[in-house]
Amino acid sequence: MSAFNAIGEEREIDRDEFTPGNEPQPTWCPGCGDFGVLKALKQALPEVGRNPEEVLTVTGIGCSGKLNSYLDSYGFHTIHGRSLPVARAAKLANPELEVVAAGGDGDGYGIGGNHFIHTARENHDMTYIVFNNEVFGLTKGQTSPTSPKGHKSKTQPSGSAKTPIRPLSQSLNAGAGYIARTAAVNPNQAKEIIKEAIEYDGFAHIDFLTQCPTWNKDAKQYVPYIDIQESDDYEHDINDRAEASQMMFETENKLYEGEVLTGRYYVDDESPSYQAEKQAIGEMPDEPLVERYFDEDYEWERSYDLLDRHK
Amino acid sequence: MTDDELIWRIAGGSGDGIDSTSQNFAKALMRSGLDIFTHRHYPSRIRGGHTYVEIRAAGHEVQSRGDGYNFLLALGDSFARNPKEEAVYGDEEIKPLSENLDELREGGVIVYDSGLLEEDDVAELNLEERAEENDWHVFPIDLRGMAKEHGREVMRNTAGVGVTAALLEMELDHIENLMTDAMSGDVLEANLSILRDAYEMAQEEYEFEHDVRAPTGEHDEEQVLVSGSNAIAYGALDEGCRFIAGYPMTPWTDVFTIMSQNLPKMGGISEQVEDEIAAAALAVGASHAGAKAMSGSSGGGFALMSEPLGLAEMTETPLVLVESMRAGPSTGMPTKPEQADLEHVLYTSQGDSQRVVFAPGNIEEAYDQTRMAFHVAYEYQIPTILIYDQKLSGENKNVDESFFDREPNPSLGSTLTEEELKEAAHEATGKFMRFQSDPDETENGVSPRSLPGQKGGRYLASGNEHWPSGHIAEDPDNRVLQMDRRKRKIESIRAELDEEHDSQQTYFGDDSADLGIITWGSQQGTVEEAVERLNDDGHSVKGIGVSDMMPFPEQEMTEFLESVDEALVVEMNASAQFRGLLQKELGRFGPKLTSMLKYNGNPFEPGEIVEGFEIRLGGDSAEPTAQVRFEPAAGD
Ligand SMILES: Cc1ncc(C[n+]2csc(CCOP(=O)(O)OP(=O)(O)O)c2C)c(N)n1
Ligand code: SF4
Repeated sequence: MSAFNAIGEEREIDRDEFTPGNEPQPTWCPGCGDFGVLKALKQALPEVGRNPEEVLTVTGIGCSGKLNSYLDSYGFHTIHGRSLPVARAAKLANPELEVVAAGGDGDGYGIGGNHFIHTARENHDMTYIVFNNEVFGLTKGQTSPTSPKGHKSKTQPSGSAKTPIRPLSQSLNAGAGYIARTAAVNPNQAKEIIKEAIEYDGFAHIDFLTQCPTWNKDAKQYVPYIDIQESDDYEHDINDRAEASQMMFETENKLYEGEVLTGRYYVDDESPSYQAEKQAIGEMPDEPLVERYFDEDYEWERSYDLLDRHK
Repeated sequence: MTDDELIWRIAGGSGDGIDSTSQNFAKALMRSGLDIFTHRHYPSRIRGGHTYVEIRAAGHEVQSRGDGYNFLLALGDSFARNPKEEAVYGDEEIKPLSENLDELREGGVIVYDSGLLEEDDVAELNLEERAEENDWHVFPIDLRGMAKEHGREVMRNTAGVGVTAALLEMELDHIENLMTDAMSGDVLEANLSILRDAYEMAQEEYEFEHDVRAPTGEHDEEQVLVSGSNAIAYGALDEGCRFIAGYPMTPWTDVFTIMSQNLPKMGGISEQVEDEIAAAALAVGASHAGAKAMSGSSGGGFALMSEPLGLAEMTETPLVLVESMRAGPSTGMPTKPEQADLEHVLYTSQGDSQRVVFAPGNIEEAYDQTRMAFHVAYEYQIPTILIYDQKLSGENKNVDESFFDREPNPSLGSTLTEEELKEAAHEATGKFMRFQSDPDETENGVSPRSLPGQKGGRYLASGNEHWPSGHIAEDPDNRVLQMDRRKRKIESIRAELDEEHDSQQTYFGDDSADLGIITWGSQQGTVEEAVERLNDDGHSVKGIGVSDMMPFPEQEMTEFLESVDEALVVEMNASAQFRGLLQKELGRFGPKLTSMLKYNGNPFEPGEIVEGFEIRLGGDSAEPTAQVRFEPAAGD
């Protein structure tokens, strides 16, 4: 008998189950791209057969970090930049949970940049959605790591002298197994990508372009975008690292020139996830660690058994 | 100073095998029936650099390293032998002899490796003259040459042990057995033969005119030699901890290493991660998902954990952290003990942040209080911190094996099963009232939790202030209710510690005394020995080793302080942090308190405390000889 009966429960799951009862209503600004992520996620989760009680969404701080306040699942709203270490440990402790981490570009690529690199490098089996609105939303429009060079804000009155971060390339270099970019203005693609990411066995990183009409009216995200998988102009083998790298490089340049390319950039079908690697070397139990605390028959080893070497 | 004890010091370069040799010798002495206490001194260097380990062995209980020592095995530093001319570490080779002589007791024995220490260098030390003055017995022996003859130079340690055994008139059997356990094949054969040769050589060639001999003793039951770090790791394992995340930093690394080496075998998980923020955040994540988890660090790394610490508090996620202090500020002295992170640990993290802090005073307490830290963290859903230091972390002591023969406690504390969740309160929207705040329902402040994946337990854990369902909220009434409930937990913990458990404070000395000594953490054993000695010398003194830092044992400390006219507060820092806590928590007694502070990188020795007591409270007006400072409390 499992102590976690919501996990793997076979039943029709209604999309509305992920919508909280009568409160709280999202406090996002009208027209905010964050609504798009919420919607896509609410659609994707039932379609992959996950019910709200087996999903753990872990978020950081920012407008984006409120995602799980408006999504009815288990949720952990952490602190600025720290969603990933919390999320990956929850997944290690109970690999049967569906763990989705989310946060803004400031949260994920700025303050949490170190965790991003290392979580990708280790290829933890989880999904990570970064709301990329090229600006700090919640703290009122300051320049973020993805803001274009020259971006003016109250804290960068003369325009930023910094080159924006390249989230896709960085993710690839770090070692993420699944890398895609989608946009709030492209709901169908967004939903499909989230579904794939959830089902992917490894670290799935989605750079999710979310417009911030309040602070970033200049962002190029309203222009028509091109789905690289749908377009005949872009044929690249998504399993090929070098090709993916080239595509990402071009995309990241063109974003700021007004051409928005979205779609899947890289899918590594070969490498095992971190959990699988850890299990293979005998450093992770086969059964979820958590279950053991509910198993009355489990024989707990004691330190007494280790004392021989101290005699 | 009794002479029925052996304090054997082996000195050499780090990397010369001092640790393993001393560990084995300590066990041999323990097996022969003696009580053991070891003390390790090492520089922040990997190879070379002066290091020593002291083993105190007696037929009676030993609580501290003692004062000075009576047998030196000076091996020389083999890694310092080819420094470039004028290299910074150029004089390391002789240090194992030169640096140690000051603390050698009268009548002590010196064995030095004449194969490694140049005659000219030794001559410069005026060894003969000093030996005569202090009645030292000096044995220059070519240990290196002997080892080389038997195959490998590193075995000069073994030769040194053989000579030691002969000079102390010990039998070799325990040492031989231990070697047989630890080695095999040619290495074992070579070591055994060099051990015997060295032993016989010393017996044949020297007359033993010195008085230092191995004491005799007997144990009623099997003993184990464990360090403070072992005790902490084992306490965690027995409490069902199966998840650890960390980032190396001396001296916390010891606990991290012991856990990492055992957890996978026990079906647990250990993660070495990118930094300490991540380490503590991982422990929070694992605990949130329902595992018993811990993390830890030393001062600098602990500073980074301030954020996840607050997150655990606000989300009421059980979390156990250990903080192994070393001298600061900043990177400070990585391998030297100090007790100067107390305020850091008590007050770090923003807001009206609250945590539970225990400071174990010896190895047994380190085990017990680690278990208590888990119990409190999981029952009360609050971060608990175990604060200790480089001294307690690295010292070894013999403990009855049966001490560890305890039942495991894998309980997740205030966590509901799915059955219980069905009965539990839910909001109209269907969400579980995870953070129920009704004072009638949550008398002790605890609102039980559910775990992700459980049916009927959905909620949001938020580091922002929140409603009972977890949703972010800034409503003033809710804020007050939630804050008051979290504060109630601390009161309930204090009540539980006072009522249901034996005190975690340790009392010693003369119950009816008017003069007291107060200490905390790793200095407890040393103070205990000093108090014993003072009472033997005709004073009347009582002592207390305090372990509960937060919530503070107000009642116990009030009673103690009311019962004395004056008290010395002994701690290893320059700013009297514990004395400050005492005054803050009790709000009186200032005029009764005088601090005795030491912060030169070395822990107190019992003799220093005896001397300090005599100067400050015992009517002696001499200046202290030790590097200590006295400081009256405010109000004095
Ligand atoms: C440690 C810390 N530093 C700073 C902040 C203030 N802060 C809150 S949200 C935020 C930036 C949010 O930007 P982003 O991550 O891009 O998310 P968005 O609001 O745009 O969705 C900052 C700096 C904080 N809460 N914690
Ligand atoms: S400030 Fe920008 S990101 Fe935040 S809610 Fe408003 S539109 Fe969205």
